[in-house]
Amino acid sequence: MAITAGTFESLELRGVGRTFGGHEALVGLDLTVRAGEFIALLGPSGCGKSTALNCLAGLLPLTHGQILLDGTRVDTVPSEKRGFGMVFQSYALFPHLSVEKNVAFGLQMRGLGKQEIRRRVDEAIDLVKLGEHARKLPGQLSGGQQQRVAIARAVVLEPSLVLMDEPLSNLDAKLRLDMRTEIRRLHQSLGLTTIYVTHDQEEALSLADRLVVLREGRVQQVGTPDELYDHPRNWHVADFMGYRNILPGVVVAPQGAGDRVQVSVGSLALSGRQVDPAGSTARDVRVAVRPDDLVVLAPGEEPRDGNVLRGTVLVVEYHGREFAVVVQAPDGTLLHVRTPVAPQVGAELALTAPAERILVFPADLTERSAEPDRAEAVAA
Amino acid sequence: MSTAPTASGHRTPDRRAPRSTASLRHRLAERGVDSSLWLMVPALVFALALFVYPFSYGIGLTFQPSLAAQERWGGGVLANYVAFFRDPFVFDSVWITMRLALPAALFNVIASIPVALVLRRRFRGKRLMTSVLVLPITLGTVLTAQGLLIFAGRQGWLNRFLMAAGLVDEPLQLVNNYVGVMLSLIITGFPFAFLLVSSYLSGIDPSLESAARTLGAGWWQRFRRITMPLLAPGLATTFILTFVLAFSVFPSARLVGDAMGSTRVMSLMAFRAFGEQNDYPMASTIALMMGVVELAVVALVLAWRALLYKGSTGGKG
Amino acid sequence: MALDDDVDRGTVATTEGSGSGGRAPRPRPARAPGERSLAASPSTWFVWAGMAAFLVLLLGILVAVVVDSFGRGWFRTWLPPEWTTDWYSGAWDRFDLTHVVGVTVGVAVTVVVLSVLIGVPAAYLLARRSFPGKRLVNVLFLLPILMPPITFGIPLATVMYAFGLGRSVIAVILVNLVPSVPFVILTMTPFIEQINPAIESAARMCGAGIRQVFTRVLAPLLVPGILAAAILVLVRTVGMFELTFLVSGPQSDTLVVAIYRAMTSAGGGEARQLISAMAVIYTTTMLAMLVVALRFVNPTQLVAQVKDARDD
Repeated sequence: MAITAGTFESLELRGVGRTFGGHEALVGLDLTVRAGEFIALLGPSGCGKSTALNCLAGLLPLTHGQILLDGTRVDTVPSEKRGFGMVFQSYALFPHLSVEKNVAFGLQMRGLGKQEIRRRVDEAIDLVKLGEHARKLPGQLSGGQQQRVAIARAVVLEPSLVLMDEPLSNLDAKLRLDMRTEIRRLHQSLGLTTIYVTHDQEEALSLADRLVVLREGRVQQVGTPDELYDHPRNWHVADFMGYRNILPGVVVAPQGAGDRVQVSVGSLALSGRQVDPAGSTARDVRVAVRPDDLVVLAPGEEPRDGNVLRGTVLVVEYHGREFAVVVQAPDGTLLHVRTPVAPQVGAELALTAPAERILVFPADLTERSAEPDRAEAVAA
Repeated sequence: MSTAPTASGHRTPDRRAPRSTASLRHRLAERGVDSSLWLMVPALVFALALFVYPFSYGIGLTFQPSLAAQERWGGGVLANYVAFFRDPFVFDSVWITMRLALPAALFNVIASIPVALVLRRRFRGKRLMTSVLVLPITLGTVLTAQGLLIFAGRQGWLNRFLMAAGLVDEPLQLVNNYVGVMLSLIITGFPFAFLLVSSYLSGIDPSLESAARTLGAGWWQRFRRITMPLLAPGLATTFILTFVLAFSVFPSARLVGDAMGSTRVMSLMAFRAFGEQNDYPMASTIALMMGVVELAVVALVLAWRALLYKGSTGGKG
Repeated sequence: MALDDDVDRGTVATTEGSGSGGRAPRPRPARAPGERSLAASPSTWFVWAGMAAFLVLLLGILVAVVVDSFGRGWFRTWLPPEWTTDWYSGAWDRFDLTHVVGVTVGVAVTVVVLSVLIGVPAAYLLARRSFPGKRLVNVLFLLPILMPPITFGIPLATVMYAFGLGRSVIAVILVNLVPSVPFVILTMTPFIEQINPAIESAARMCGAGIRQVFTRVLAPLLVPGILAAAILVLVRTVGMFELTFLVSGPQSDTLVVAIYRAMTSAGGGEARQLISAMAVIYTTTMLAMLVVALRFVNPTQLVAQVKDARDD
């Protein structure tokens, strides 16, 4: 018998919230998770994503809402009885136990027989390819190996749900890519339902079936990777999805039919696509453009949809096959651009982008919403 | 697996869904109350039974003065306090105690700084040196007293050596007076202060001083501008703890001091009322005033400490 | 005065001692890395001289007591004219030291065990959780350490006598618990704080209940800290004079109190050498315990525990 996933029909979060002495770390999270799904909770630090995970794990009691597993409430069940597995950012391996004993710990807690434990531990260790390190202590392993142990320890229990709290953020860049593939492989081969917390949008996009973007404790958008990538609902989500140029602007006039609008950003006049037309009464907007959607205009080339942005090259960074360039417009606005050819610092550039890829969002009512300074509280 | 993701996964149920029994639990959870708080119960029971209750009982006692005290000092239920402040034999012990404890604690803390700095460097025999400095902790006040009486007494080796070397003409009076108690306070208090100061010092990241050095700071500037400000809160704590030790000096004040004269400290007065006169209310009064005086000094130091930088010292602390 | 970099090695000895004026580096012979000349400068010499004076006083005291305890008829000479071990057997019989040492060890061990059992769970909560009244609880546990022992000792002793516990071993144990439990809490709280809380969360996610988290995961990790705290409590309890003295009687005196009583007993006191012999016995016991302690803990790290890199 191989390691499989525990099964359930649906996991439902209803208005789940957590406040810490008046500070709202998480507000009204509604989410239904289907068996086998890989869901990423995405957001900057302090957005409530780890709070959500800890609430799900039962490590942090809820202050609002309910969690239901197949219609039965589980938020009142202590974490050790929920049957979920969890992988921590800091690995959280028991430093005094060898790799195999770490993996066996949960099985021992369930009072399984020695034979059974032996068999399943071996299987889990093989699964993460750590056979030769089984008798070592965690301190003797590299970060990547430690994280594999942590994963083995979680999946060996055949949990109905695996919770992962930024499992890759302590690893170096190369290892992070390898482990990402590894996690995806395990997820696919075992059919584990996974909830994955990360602040790295690339990681979330590449791993998850669905993403939940959080900001200041509130859900901003839920959707598939391509939905979020191409159709962010507000400028915060856009900001998080790699729309590096977020410029304050003013709507000048609607343009033709549909969602086209004319906006002015500083001294620039652009035409873009208005998102959320319901809020189109707002004059103050944020204009979001990806660096890779901005194209350098060759001399004599027609600008796309009449959009021309001119500026001076300020910084050029080498990024392998392309260059990341910062261009300063005459009014001081900084634009991030990607170019295949390195321009000279100080050179004048003209940029263009199709109106389709220039997103115009209504600005927030409280424009100066300060970034949450509070780190997410760790579960007791 | 990989279900085709659709938007249907996200639903919005009625926010006002019945909260039922969870409401109280939710409110408690927000305040951090749950069943694991039971772990605190033994310690709380202990503190209430052995500290809070006796202490309040003692405070109550101070307001039940003996008839003798009421007759002699007046003041009704406050007779014990009147006696404490009016009886010079008792009240002077406050200054006597301060004259011993403050200089002793100050000396111990200040002397610990250079020693800790010197011993912070690596050299052969450092561990031995540290161990030797810590040795007096094993001596205890009573053996220190006995040793001082023998070693620094009129016939002791110290005076014998000083006379043989021609440094003094007649034996120095080093015990059975203020000096004896002070020596004993330094011997027992210094190792303690040294331990604390070196542990605070080891909590300061050495690269901070290296950084200051690269910025052109000399030895004194580095000490004055970098080490000292980071060490100061630790020094305040150390001072408080050594002061507490020195303030409650009792056996040495009796054994190597002048118990009825220059080292008539408060704890001796309290014990005299308790053990010799069996006047428990008066003993409690002196004991309580002792706590008040000591905590006043502690509060002053803490107030000063509150003004200092107390964040990370960059090291392993 | 960091000692890591190479530039350091030659110049520091000069700059350190001569105050702000002497910053000009003078060439010095190279030394093995990490080792520094001890013959550095006047101010360093001053520190060493102070330490030497302290050590002379310390060793003088110690050796004087030891010599006294083995000497016969030592009054006006450098050394006693005759040597003997009679004082030890004498003191042992005279003061019933079998009983006294038995009481001392029994009290100390009981106090250690009880204060660890009571203190560690409380320290755990204080390290990990916030709850209403936490500040109050903190103050409550800090007060017995900050207050002079006599201040709470006298009311406590009065209560003990009122309950008929006066002069009993139980009373001695109870009064010694008052500073010991807070002491354990105070030393263990930072120790627990440096253990990554995710480790306990991980254990719970593996299905361990709160008891199993304690016994299977925390206890093994806390052993060094508990050991350090226990040894310190042991040393403190054996050395605790004031509190024990207030409630003990002839049948419940610990060694320190017995020595004190012998030194102050009416009628001129006991023979000095008997007391010296007792004091040597006391110090030997203490020293043995401290040597054991130093094998487990580095004394300079009792306050500042080395923190593991914590990621949250």
